[in-house]
Amino acid sequence: MRVSLFITCLADQFYAEAGVAAVRLLRALGVEVDFPPGQTCCGQPAYNAGYLPEARAVARHTLEVFRESEYVVLPSGSCTSMVHHYPELFAGHTPYREAVALKERTFELSQFLVRVLGVTRLGEGLKGVRVAYHHGCHALRELGIREEPLLLLQNAGAELVPWEAAEECCGFGGLFSVKLPEVSLSMADRKLETLEAEVLTSTDAGCLLHLSGRLEDRGQKVRVAPLATLLWEAYARA
Amino acid sequence: MRARDYPKEAARLLKERPQVKEAVGGATRHFDQNRQRAYREVDAEALREWARRVKDHLLTHLDLYLEKAEAALKRNGVQVHWARDKEEARRVLAHLVREKGVRRAVKGKSMLSEELEVNPLLEGLGVEVFETDLGEYILQLLGQPPSHIVGPAIHLSLGEIRRLFHARFQTPLDAPPEELAQVARRTLREAFLSADLGISGANFLVAETGTIALMENEGNIRLSTSLPRVHVALVGIEKLLPHLEDLAHFLSLTARAATGQRLSTYVSLIQGPARPGEEGPQEVHVVLVDNGRTALLADPEAWETLRCLRCGACLNACPVYRQTGGHPYGYVYSGPIGAVLDPGLLGLEEAHPLPYASTLCGACLEACPVKIPIPRLLLTWRHRAVEEGLGPGWERAAMRAFAEVMTRPGLYRVFSKGLRGLLALPGGEGLLENRDLPLIRAWTQGRSGLRPSPRPFHELWEEA
Repeated sequence: MRVSLFITCLADQFYAEAGVAAVRLLRALGVEVDFPPGQTCCGQPAYNAGYLPEARAVARHTLEVFRESEYVVLPSGSCTSMVHHYPELFAGHTPYREAVALKERTFELSQFLVRVLGVTRLGEGLKGVRVAYHHGCHALRELGIREEPLLLLQNAGAELVPWEAAEECCGFGGLFSVKLPEVSLSMADRKLETLEAEVLTSTDAGCLLHLSGRLEDRGQKVRVAPLATLLWEAYARA
Repeated sequence: MRARDYPKEAARLLKERPQVKEAVGGATRHFDQNRQRAYREVDAEALREWARRVKDHLLTHLDLYLEKAEAALKRNGVQVHWARDKEEARRVLAHLVREKGVRRAVKGKSMLSEELEVNPLLEGLGVEVFETDLGEYILQLLGQPPSHIVGPAIHLSLGEIRRLFHARFQTPLDAPPEELAQVARRTLREAFLSADLGISGANFLVAETGTIALMENEGNIRLSTSLPRVHVALVGIEKLLPHLEDLAHFLSLTARAATGQRLSTYVSLIQGPARPGEEGPQEVHVVLVDNGRTALLADPEAWETLRCLRCGACLNACPVYRQTGGHPYGYVYSGPIGAVLDPGLLGLEEAHPLPYASTLCGACLEACPVKIPIPRLLLTWRHRAVEEGLGPGWERAAMRAFAEVMTRPGLYRVFSKGLRGLLALPGGEGLLENRDLPLIRAWTQGRSGLRPSPRPFHELWEEA
């Protein structure tokens, strides 16, 4: 089995270690991993802001980059979800079939581990760590990823803390965070006022960038780590 | 307040009235949890899909069902008026007021009446108007518009209402809510008994039988529609249902979606004026109002918003709405449904900021009882706003640059290197915290500065 890692731009720039963690984890599980060098971004910023020609241009590029891939795995829920929007984006346009085909072989990391590899136990390297999992909205509501990350964390020995706002949007929303910054911060505060954990994790780099920035500004001490990083720790520290 | 001012007004409200977030957040989460529980009690997915189809069928054949409805209403002795827009509807109402010598009117809650600005119209004609829904009554005293479709005064705290009633009715400042309700009730009872005109909206109008269906929890709509000698129901043309047998399921689904009830406390089915020997209004009028709906129906994408049952479930589920309530949206319909309906009713020029009042989190779609694809429609309106050149100049430039960089891996890598090079220069580490750059400022006011990984992943890949 061969997996192409699609790191996507935000993780490439801000959470490079999550990419390293994802590669090591997949290899440890016996998967061959490659990294198509032409990859850049899924196109979501343009798509969500209403710039469809720009979104299509970037999506076309991505279709080209992963044309030969057996599976495409992303350590990011919303970027995975964006790839899943490609057929809609190309409805009535040429690469529609390719878009559907790419969608069918594209998975978020925890989804890939549980649903494709059937792996739910990575090792108990997170024993006793009090972890809060933030459900990124696109992973949760568009891809239906709810149990997979929780199961993996739980089986790794993490103590999943109850968090009443776990499934509420954090207020990142891409450009939303800078176009309506006051509303965005107010949403982050709702999440963080109800948060009590050692580690905050999620499968979305954007949400984590926003929440960690807000945590620091509030002076709230919580370690923020991408899910891929924690899952690798679960394996490596066991 | 106007829809185009949403960003400014939302920011202002968060700063000046932080108590609104608490009141709205508490109430909407409560409603939303009740809605989720009520959906779990039934096969909500099947019911919602069925309801969507019934509404789509109705909207596809709206012309036929409107004619059927008119015929059935007339058979029931109801007088039917057609209003193309707000002005026509107001003319119909003004004419009725003069012809019937109306001095006092009682109103049940109706969002359409807000669209038509009925209260100022009637007051201008010398009519004393009473909002009779408790929340609406409170807002009338305050001179505020509703901030939520179902819970119009959801943005107010108990303390604010206590202070209002203390000033108006001399109730104690610590009066329990029941006592406040009793005070309102005394005034409103008197109004019900002395009013000449009762105005209501309609949750549904059954085309087959001409039945006007009204849902409520306070009994004020029943009194408003049965005690005065004239009842006028303002009905948006999309409120029709084809058949009476559809109604039972729609009543229940709407109650589940709106408040988590299996059925609202009162359901009134109005089948015309009082017959000889019966008590009730001597005249019942239905005003069928278009006011932009036909144009919306012709829209190849946005027509789906016309399925809306006005249950408010999407408002309750929306994390953006929860921060401010409805007022900053600047129009009658707020929250997710407002963000996709208002551009259709007001035009994008006026309402273009509203489709951006969302993170596309999808909670609205999960809540909607008729599965209006709100996230997709938000994107549609955003795309149209961009096409019409309504977006900010910096955004257009940024998106062009974005597409240039992201379709050229070489350029992307140069950009990535350049960014780190700049950050490594003396004083460069402050670049991403520089508050003179507008976008960076918007990020860093309230969030620590952006700190890229020392090396991007694409440079680490070989070592992984």
